[in-house]
Amino acid sequence: MRTADLLNSSWSAIRSHTMRSLLTMLGIVVGIASVVLTVGLGLGTQKDVSDQIASLGSDLLIVSPGSSTDDSGMRGGFGSAQTLTLTDAEALASTVAVPDAVGVAAEKTSDLSLEYGESNWTTTVTGTSTSWTQVRSRELLYGDFFTEDDVTSAADVIVLGSETADELFGSTAVVGQDVVIDGDAFEVIGVLADAGSSGDTSLDDLAVVPMTTMVETLDDSGASEAVQTIYLKAASSDVLSAASQEAQNLLLNLHGIASVEDADFTIDVQDSLIDAATSVYEQLTILLTGIAALALLVGGIGVMNIMLVSVTERTREIGLRKALGAAPATIRNQFLIEAMILGLSGGAIGVVIGVGLALALPSVLGSTIVISGLALVVSVVVAVGIGAVFGVYPAARAARLAPIDALRDQ
Amino acid sequence: MTSPSAATLDPDAPVIELTGARKTYLTGDIEFEALRGIDCRIYPGEYVAIVGPSGSGKSTLMNILGCLDVLTEGSYVLAGEDVSHMNEESLASARNRRIGFVFQQFHLLPSLTAVGNVELPLVYAGVAPAQRRERALAALGRVGLADKARNHPGQLSGGQQQRVAIARALVTEPAIVLADEPTGNLDSRSTADVLGMLDELHSEGSTIVLITHESDVAARAQTVYNVTDGQFVGDSVGIAK
Repeated sequence: MRTADLLNSSWSAIRSHTMRSLLTMLGIVVGIASVVLTVGLGLGTQKDVSDQIASLGSDLLIVSPGSSTDDSGMRGGFGSAQTLTLTDAEALASTVAVPDAVGVAAEKTSDLSLEYGESNWTTTVTGTSTSWTQVRSRELLYGDFFTEDDVTSAADVIVLGSETADELFGSTAVVGQDVVIDGDAFEVIGVLADAGSSGDTSLDDLAVVPMTTMVETLDDSGASEAVQTIYLKAASSDVLSAASQEAQNLLLNLHGIASVEDADFTIDVQDSLIDAATSVYEQLTILLTGIAALALLVGGIGVMNIMLVSVTERTREIGLRKALGAAPATIRNQFLIEAMILGLSGGAIGVVIGVGLALALPSVLGSTIVISGLALVVSVVVAVGIGAVFGVYPAARAARLAPIDALRDQ
Repeated sequence: MTSPSAATLDPDAPVIELTGARKTYLTGDIEFEALRGIDCRIYPGEYVAIVGPSGSGKSTLMNILGCLDVLTEGSYVLAGEDVSHMNEESLASARNRRIGFVFQQFHLLPSLTAVGNVELPLVYAGVAPAQRRERALAALGRVGLADKARNHPGQLSGGQQQRVAIARALVTEPAIVLADEPTGNLDSRSTADVLGMLDELHSEGSTIVLITHESDVAARAQTVYNVTDGQFVGDSVGIAK
């Protein structure tokens, strides 16, 4: 039998039972649509995360107070300890001790309420140095960042994140306005350009003031020397580990600690954050893919059920075709191709629905969905494969029917 | 395509040669001998009827002759080809090339047009679409249904459907036309119509084997074999033509 005739024969068998064929496909349609969505959602989230982290700079070292691990392997006092100081930051800025770093910015943060007229907004106020914009890869939308003079004089100036400015003023063009913090007026000298969000934390909801201003005017923790984080920007991502090593040696030295195990600080690399974030989303993707795979399995069993019914119903037709000279293999192929066409059609419809939802959902959910061409192709191939796998048994049954019995079937 | 028509075969050699044909069925522990040693030769151009009551083994014989089943013992040579021990694949090919079936229930596919049904054996023979359409239309012409080629079986009368089935049996130019109770589902007018059709094919040189339980139908044949208890009984009745 010619291949074209075989395809045609299978196709017309499907066409002659349109409703049943559509119902047979339904499981595969749902399964493939959810696979497309799941993969799209997984890729989208992963992209969001790595975009955010990459925007922070892949050449960034993050020094936090507290040891990374204690004897039992648990993190101890991470982030809350006060073992990092302004002195550490100044030392790290030395090009002799840490030659592979090109910028250092310490951050001393405090959650404070900002007021403007009737409105007020609580945000994280960060005290830092002038190198902050370079180290954190941030740009200004309006105005300027503060200068060394502002730092020296502990000037009451403030740079706002775009979201903070918007919440407080209802606008981002607010350079020259004053905000009040704890009764002190601060002049807005700049507004930062958008940087997106990192997980649940918006990178655009913040206020930045000179470190000296933070220490002298705003901080009331009593630990004026302590800083929360020191960011080091390496000359390039190639010398990241060298810079990390240099910073570690310097800090161990300064803190009078002999062994790395006893370190009272932690140095993180952005890459490791990417890895951590990615692994979470990978697990999520695996879970969702598992659910989608179950849906596809159910869809495949649906195909098998209906194909078995179809073989029983078409016993006489099979018998006749055999009597007229169809070899068992020909009958088997016809049913196998029918199952594969059902898989292909179901897969194609599923892809269309999946892509449709992927285009519609982001505006509803606010999450990014990345549609990967490869994923679509793989989905359709998988759908055809499911048709083939679950079509084997019904097709073999059809091929084994004895023509005499089949012809006599009423 | 290899479809040697009856005409290309040696006219003196039998088309069908059954020797010591036995068929035993096993139902549970019970052995049932449906055929108990049948010898039979049918020559090109013969019109043979096989008659017998139900349970006589004539259906089994028809299945054997139609290559729908194989013998337990003995040999069956069809158009010079020993089909006794063929596998399913080769039997399918033998049916396709050598045998044109006409069934009691017509067995037309309702989803196909008349010409589509007639084309079916050629589809399995791998004949190209244009050529098989031409041959199918010619076969429909032979049974006088050229104008019904585009009709579906549901739009045809019983007699017309059986004529479409005859056209389908003829289209491959088989060695024999095997008709199993071809008039069993027809009224008397259509019966006469279909039997007339078979007479006409016979007069044109086709070899016809007719299986029936009706003696008046069998009377149209040159030779009548009586099957009882899986054996031929009495002499075959030759009717001079």
